[in-house]
Amino acid sequence: MKGFIQVLTRDLKVALRRWSELCNPLIFFLMVASLFPLAISPEAPDLKRVGTGVLWISALLASLLALDGLFRDDAEDGSMEQLVLSPVPLTIVIAAKILAHWLITGLPLVVIAPVVALSYYMPLDTLTTLILALILATPTLSVLGAIGAALTVGLRRGGPIVGLLVLPLTGPVLIFGTRATDLAVQGELAAGPLYLLGALLALAIALGPLATSAAVRVSLE
Amino acid sequence: MNLRWFHKLASPPHFYQLASALGPWLGCLSIALIVAGTYGGLVLAPPDYLQGDGFRMIYVHVPSAYLGMMAYVVMAMAAAIGFIWRIKLAHAVAVSAAPLGASFTFLGLVTGAIWGKPMWGTFWQWSDARLVFFLVLFFLYMGYLALRGVTEDRDKADRLSAVLAVVGVINIPIIHYSVEWWTTLHQGPTITRLDGPSITMDMLVPLLVMIAGFSVFFVWLLFVRLRGEILVREQKSRWAQEFVQRGRV
Repeated sequence: MKGFIQVLTRDLKVALRRWSELCNPLIFFLMVASLFPLAISPEAPDLKRVGTGVLWISALLASLLALDGLFRDDAEDGSMEQLVLSPVPLTIVIAAKILAHWLITGLPLVVIAPVVALSYYMPLDTLTTLILALILATPTLSVLGAIGAALTVGLRRGGPIVGLLVLPLTGPVLIFGTRATDLAVQGELAAGPLYLLGALLALAIALGPLATSAAVRVSLE
Repeated sequence: MNLRWFHKLASPPHFYQLASALGPWLGCLSIALIVAGTYGGLVLAPPDYLQGDGFRMIYVHVPSAYLGMMAYVVMAMAAAIGFIWRIKLAHAVAVSAAPLGASFTFLGLVTGAIWGKPMWGTFWQWSDARLVFFLVLFFLYMGYLALRGVTEDRDKADRLSAVLAVVGVINIPIIHYSVEWWTTLHQGPTITRLDGPSITMDMLVPLLVMIAGFSVFFVWLLFVRLRGEILVREQKSRWAQEFVQRGRV
């Protein structure tokens, strides 16, 4: 537990000293979300209809953008190898790194998403469901992304294919996330999809760090 | 328990010989089964009361889709065995199964679309979970092949792609149960049901023969690919060099 907190605080400190990199996914999220009205139509009914999907796709793409920094810097300056050698189990270290990554890139998305949702004319009372769904879904995306980042961290040409590896796995998260938000927009109870998102998150937390640490070990060889 | 035969099986030269010896038999058997199944499916089976002769697409669609999924399970299991016990031959099996599985999955998608047009009135339906997740299966194969493509070191590629293959297995039960969890266009299971198959014997037998034929066909092609893969991987070892020089490939 001590090792977990140490890695977590270290990663947060390192990230907070690089403000510009911290903002990139957030700005990307806003950019993608604001390109849709230009590409589809600026009319209120159209935007209301596609709003949920736009939010979820933008969040997904933004979380992809942030992945590269998850392990690459640490692997390049050698600190990742030290972490692998340290007595703290690697799964704990990885779990801490994923949590730090989510706090830095996922949480700001959850905070800013309601603003974008309002600009898409989504009703005010659906925002709680949207926030809940995002809180449950974005950590799962972070875990899935960590697996992809760990698989490609040792490769020189690995960066661009992370999306190819991660995106197929994000299907269920996207389905249940959109479903929850849709139900809320229609004024119905969204508990079912939210529970399923929670189940996916539990599964991801339980198994994701294992797969990620296996991949990190191979990548660093 | 005597496990020598098992250890022998994992040795590349021995397996190479086994694959070469079994190859022609598997080829003949698969062709015989597929020809018999085609005859049974197209001529002997009665037309469906609802779909008429259109239902006969089942004899290509179901075996392809089944093998698309089965090949993924074979690939992931072989990859896991190779990753955990460091058996090189298992990695070779996983690599050889991937393009075959991708091809069967593609066939399953195409035959499904051709079947869907007259029966459902559409080639593709986004709201159908089984269709969507089957497409995801195809993407998983593509991701696996892409990861192998960019990893230069073969040993590393083996083990990294093994992790990816095992993670992707989660998609298989989702595809399998999708028709029960989300009831949309795609019909439910007709063969593996607790109360017995809900399909008449005249239609079922050719289908099972076709599935068996496609499966043997898959194993045959897998062995053909494996032989090439083994020779490439063993190119530095003596037996492979002698083998190639004697021109007995």
